[in-house]
Amino acid sequence: MKNYRLQLMVCAGTGCVSNHSFEIKDALENAIGKHNLQNEAQVVLTGCNGFCGAGPILVVQPDNIFYQLLKPTDVPLIVEEHLVKGRPVKKFMYTPPAEKNPIPKMSEIPFFADQTLIALRNRGMIDPENIDDYIARGGYKALAKVLSSMTPDEVLQEIKNSGLRGRGGGGFPTGVKWETCKHAHGDERYVICNADEGDPGAFMDRSIIEGDPHSVIEGMIIGAYAIENVRQGYIYVRMEYPLAIKRFQIAIEHAREFGLLGNNIFDKGFNFDIEVRRGAGAFVCGESTALMASIEGKPGEPRAKYIHTVEKGLWDKPTCLNNVETWVNVPQIILRGAKWFSSIGTGDVSVDAWGGSKGTKVFSLAGKVNNTGLVEVPMGITLRDIIYKIGGGIKDNKKFKAVQTGGPSGGFIPESMLDLPVDYEELTKVGSMMGSGGMVVTDEENCMVDMAKYFLKFTQEESCGKCIPCREGTKRMLDILENITIGKGTEDDLVLLEELSNMIVESSLCALGGSAPNPVLTTLKYFREEYEVHVKDKKCPAHICSQLNTYSIDEKLCLEIGHGCDVCKKYCPDGAIIGERKKVHYIEPAKCSKCGACYDVCNFNAVKVQ
Amino acid sequence: MEYNAAEVAREISNRWGNLPENIIEMMHDVQTKLNYLPKDVLYEVSHVASVPISKIYNIATFYNAFSLKPKGKYRICVCLGTPCHALGAPRVINALERELGIKCGETTKDMKYSLEITGCVGTCGLAPVIVINEDLFGPIPVSGVSKLLKKYEK
Amino acid sequence: MTKLKIEDLDKIAEDVRRKMTIREGGGKVKITVHMGTCGIAAGARTVMSAFLNEIDIHNIKDVIITTSGCAGLCSKEPMATVEYGEQAPVKYIELNETKVKKIFDDHVLKGKFVQEYALAIGSERIQ
Ligand SMILES: Cc1cc2nc3c(=O)[nH]c(=O)nc-3n(C[C@H](O)[C@H](O)[C@H](O)COP(=O)(O)O)c2cc1C
Ligand code: SF4
Ligand code: SF4
Ligand code: FES
Repeated sequence: MKNYRLQLMVCAGTGCVSNHSFEIKDALENAIGKHNLQNEAQVVLTGCNGFCGAGPILVVQPDNIFYQLLKPTDVPLIVEEHLVKGRPVKKFMYTPPAEKNPIPKMSEIPFFADQTLIALRNRGMIDPENIDDYIARGGYKALAKVLSSMTPDEVLQEIKNSGLRGRGGGGFPTGVKWETCKHAHGDERYVICNADEGDPGAFMDRSIIEGDPHSVIEGMIIGAYAIENVRQGYIYVRMEYPLAIKRFQIAIEHAREFGLLGNNIFDKGFNFDIEVRRGAGAFVCGESTALMASIEGKPGEPRAKYIHTVEKGLWDKPTCLNNVETWVNVPQIILRGAKWFSSIGTGDVSVDAWGGSKGTKVFSLAGKVNNTGLVEVPMGITLRDIIYKIGGGIKDNKKFKAVQTGGPSGGFIPESMLDLPVDYEELTKVGSMMGSGGMVVTDEENCMVDMAKYFLKFTQEESCGKCIPCREGTKRMLDILENITIGKGTEDDLVLLEELSNMIVESSLCALGGSAPNPVLTTLKYFREEYEVHVKDKKCPAHICSQLNTYSIDEKLCLEIGHGCDVCKKYCPDGAIIGERKKVHYIEPAKCSKCGACYDVCNFNAVKVQ
Repeated sequence: MEYNAAEVAREISNRWGNLPENIIEMMHDVQTKLNYLPKDVLYEVSHVASVPISKIYNIATFYNAFSLKPKGKYRICVCLGTPCHALGAPRVINALERELGIKCGETTKDMKYSLEITGCVGTCGLAPVIVINEDLFGPIPVSGVSKLLKKYEK
Repeated sequence: MTKLKIEDLDKIAEDVRRKMTIREGGGKVKITVHMGTCGIAAGARTVMSAFLNEIDIHNIKDVIITTSGCAGLCSKEPMATVEYGEQAPVKYIELNETKVKKIFDDHVLKGKFVQEYALAIGSERIQ
């Protein structure tokens, strides 16, 4: 093995790969060859760094210098200046918005500096396709500890004491779930990892799998040992994540080669193996019973849970389903102890397993925020800190409007509640929920009615159709919202929306329907005046609902800047634009269907909306 | 694409041990290989894997991943996750519909492009995101659409 | 690959520890070779290779080597700074392969700095 002095960590997460990080790798290797540094510098592909907006990313270690937004043509300069001459190149470093000086060191960039890493502890540090790297960071040590010195019951107790709760949405205490499954009737059980990550706008699980697949596997093996009589585990990954699927498959193969999966693991007489199953593009398959139906090769329709899946799950056997992030926490709890884990976070879980939120939570921060990406923070931190300190505030200095947590099952939280701590119970109290960790920031240019409609459309399309409140109720709600956004809404509709919501929440079979109205309910509660402007004044303050807009052309801009380019006329589907090349253009209001095409195609901002 | 239905079915079914419970994985493989689920292949799979054809159709229509109609050479999928929506994906779809002259869910007459909506692809930092076959692009604002399509004009 | 035993975990970890030390930016000893234009002209690259060579020979995992720009004392190049644990950094001047060897044996491995090659102890304080 060569004794390199430099490790060049190139991000190979989905985001960076799509921004050509492989070309960066090739360029690096090329330049390294030219300078004869191949014995000094090694290029390593890592998983997602969580700072995807800045990709492609290169971190030069041990100097801890963070380069971003690289092009292959930038690479020779970095190699020559930094690697050879020891002068890090300023112009490729990260500069915080509204500041002038770049921050060279990764560990000093606020986005990274204010995070607490447990689930993401290996991000950017290891090559996810190399099991040795994982082991070098203490990987499979927890498994060794468990198999050589702990009984299954002791493992279970440790997880219970830690206060770990499910990271997939509901926040169910993990230890309690394991225990119920362990004591359920039957001689064969299953464990499953839920990597369906259906919440649109969430990518924590993708990033964890792409960057550190072995930690999920190790967690599952430990879980299987604690629950007992588990021979087989499944990982259910959404098919939209091809890279994650590949990384899992490679990791499983390596683990099998090392005998960490299969028979007689570590010669301790314990047998367990894992297989990957691909989802097929149905949101409802993230729900436990639907997911299991899908693994059995059936359409993913939930069933009523009079009997829980921990008693009768996959193939009617007791089954323990946990989220990716939940599993990843397990080895760390075993290694560092329940006490350490439960010292982070809020509340007290020593008496009541639901009495607090412990450890950290990974959020995928996206939308109108400066630093989009993955953030791992201790439970109890405020939303404001996440959005402003780590997220760097709102894009383009716009005004914050609301933050959405919990995806289609969650709600919108307004400015006045930004000092709310991140905690399962607190977020539920205000009508949202922790959810799996999607956190989407909206600003003054987003319309809350439109956002609510968006989520409802999503759940409506994803409803499996098995029960009527969800199938028909969400359809009716969507119709009403559609009407409001095209100016046909009335004040009575707002009342009707609330009534329908409550009915659906109470009578749906599964949580998809049961939580679908949350985005509507919270926007109605916190942004009612926006709904009222839509129904009373027939206007959309953010100009998103195009049917409520009036389009017109600024004559001066059209003629002087755009020189009557005539593009809008070509694209107008209604023939509502009059004018010819080099002359001023007009919109004929009677013909205009308000599609907004002219606004989108005019390159000179001459089309105005009101 | 030319294919022998019986051969395709046998090979894929074997890969999954001919086990009926793996039917969804088999259908994934057919979809990946041929870009849609042709009727003749499904009948052959039904036969070798011993899964009733009615069940196969049930699955094919339930899950969004499967298509019973052939798709264009380039499948353009616009992400409609929340961040993409918030950053203007609906307008990007309008722009694509205008440029391609088809509606979402349709395929151009020359079988070159299909336009679809996809669930979140998990690269929300790059919103709005478009996936064309295996390649992911972002951020693609409305004004970037025609430039993106030019890459495929050949 | 054969099946792992529990002891093997530590062996694997030890094998790649040097790589990890670099990535984590840790390590007991940090050597900085000054690689300004004049440093390179004066032979900083040879010094660098010599240090790397020593690391190889002694199979040391706990040392990281970095480069920095010109140290501002061009007449005394090639130069390097050695930081051993919590001790003050020591700047060595006019290095060559033999000097590197001695510095490595005494300072890097044992923590005793080599007075006769040292320019200063503590950054930028010339005595
Ligand atoms: C409609 C619906 C979709 C869901 N999607 C997911 C998902 O994508 N990922 C996930 O981990 N849990 C999802 N869940 C929650 C799971 O049903 C289940 O509670 C969770 O995976 C349990 O793991 P945990 O206890 O570790 O959180 C979903 C639930 C519902 C009702
Ligand atoms: S609530 Fe909706 S998704 Fe759930 S079972 Fe009923 S119809 Fe299906
Ligand atoms: S596209 Fe804009 S500049 Fe061109 S004619 Fe229309 S309004 Fe005028
Ligand atoms: S994919 Fe590179 S930082 Fe996320």
